[in-house]
Amino acid sequence: MKTDDLINALAQDAPVRWRFDRVFASATVTGVLIALVVFCAGIGIRPDITSAMETVRFLFKFVVTLSLAVAALGLILRIGRPGLSSGKWGWALGIAPALLVAAVILEMTAVPQSAWEARWIGTNAPFCMTLIPLMALGPLACLLFVLRQGAPARPGLAGAVAGLAASGIAATFYASHCPDDSPFFVATWYPLATGIVVLIGYLAGSRLLRW
Amino acid sequence: MRAAISGDAGAYRHFLAAVTPFLRALARRRCESFGIAGGDAEDIVQEVLLAIHLKRGTWDQSRPIGPWISTIVRNKMIDTMRRRGRKVMVPIEDVIDTLEAEERADNLEHRDIERLLGRLKEQQRDIVQSISVNGTSVRETADRLKMSEGAVRVTLHRALKALAAFYRSDQG
Repeated sequence: MKTDDLINALAQDAPVRWRFDRVFASATVTGVLIALVVFCAGIGIRPDITSAMETVRFLFKFVVTLSLAVAALGLILRIGRPGLSSGKWGWALGIAPALLVAAVILEMTAVPQSAWEARWIGTNAPFCMTLIPLMALGPLACLLFVLRQGAPARPGLAGAVAGLAASGIAATFYASHCPDDSPFFVATWYPLATGIVVLIGYLAGSRLLRW
Repeated sequence: MRAAISGDAGAYRHFLAAVTPFLRALARRRCESFGIAGGDAEDIVQEVLLAIHLKRGTWDQSRPIGPWISTIVRNKMIDTMRRRGRKVMVPIEDVIDTLEAEERADNLEHRDIERLLGRLKEQQRDIVQSISVNGTSVRETADRLKMSEGAVRVTLHRALKALAAFYRSDQG
């Protein structure tokens, strides 16, 4: 088949069935809803939510998880489209880790050393390590679907970013369930759980996101 | 391209025909510098055209189209080079590769779209060939095959996606 013939065939398939930004918006909403359903059905909000809302440590968890989710989602919108640099969204990914480091330092000054270990190990670590990845699976699948429609230059990396975004979403829900609010706990177990999801995203991405 | 995205087949054909010479020049230059047989350049052009086609929903219409196309071309070329000649990065083997490349082109079956077409389902191949090589319209093809126009369009679209996947999975 000559190239001109191929162009004939392509021209007859002219209408575009989807736009990347719209697929992204609907898949993100779907992913969040799936995580929400799993959250409500499986674990739910902690009972002392009203008093917890008044503590800085509890609220801080959401600042961290949401900044991770928003930065990674913004980055997905850029790496899925050819010809865009990651720009400020790449840097924005650094916000959540930077906040965590700062919070850990503050916690070290605010809490006597004898209490560190109890706060660090917490009471819920095994749940944290399993529930965050489990709730992240739905959003991760949705975001991988979005990136499959897109054209990421580096498939593995794109999958890993999808893993970050999915963990951010899942961790936001999980944070409202978990009674461990110390930055020691958050800075240890949340990143470990996120690492699992990022690894899954990377492996899935390098297989599914080639185009 | 904006007109094409809203479904104007004529405008889309015009656009594709206009970028093809540019793609061809790029592909030839790359092939020369990597010591790949010149005939393969046209395969790369066709693969890039398919990629532009299938990924055109990722182009943000408020931005210039140039960088978008260049990035697709670059990514596809890197892919193709990886598939075809892993050794070409080593300077000393450049010469040897160039010599071998010419022999290879004669010995091995040409890795081109003709062969990939053969891997499509019969109906998909029929429709692609009818519309591309014979130049019949979707309407006429639908009449001949006693299918609806919509069904022909869907089959055509799936066939094009399948072709792109064959290119990707083909290890050359």
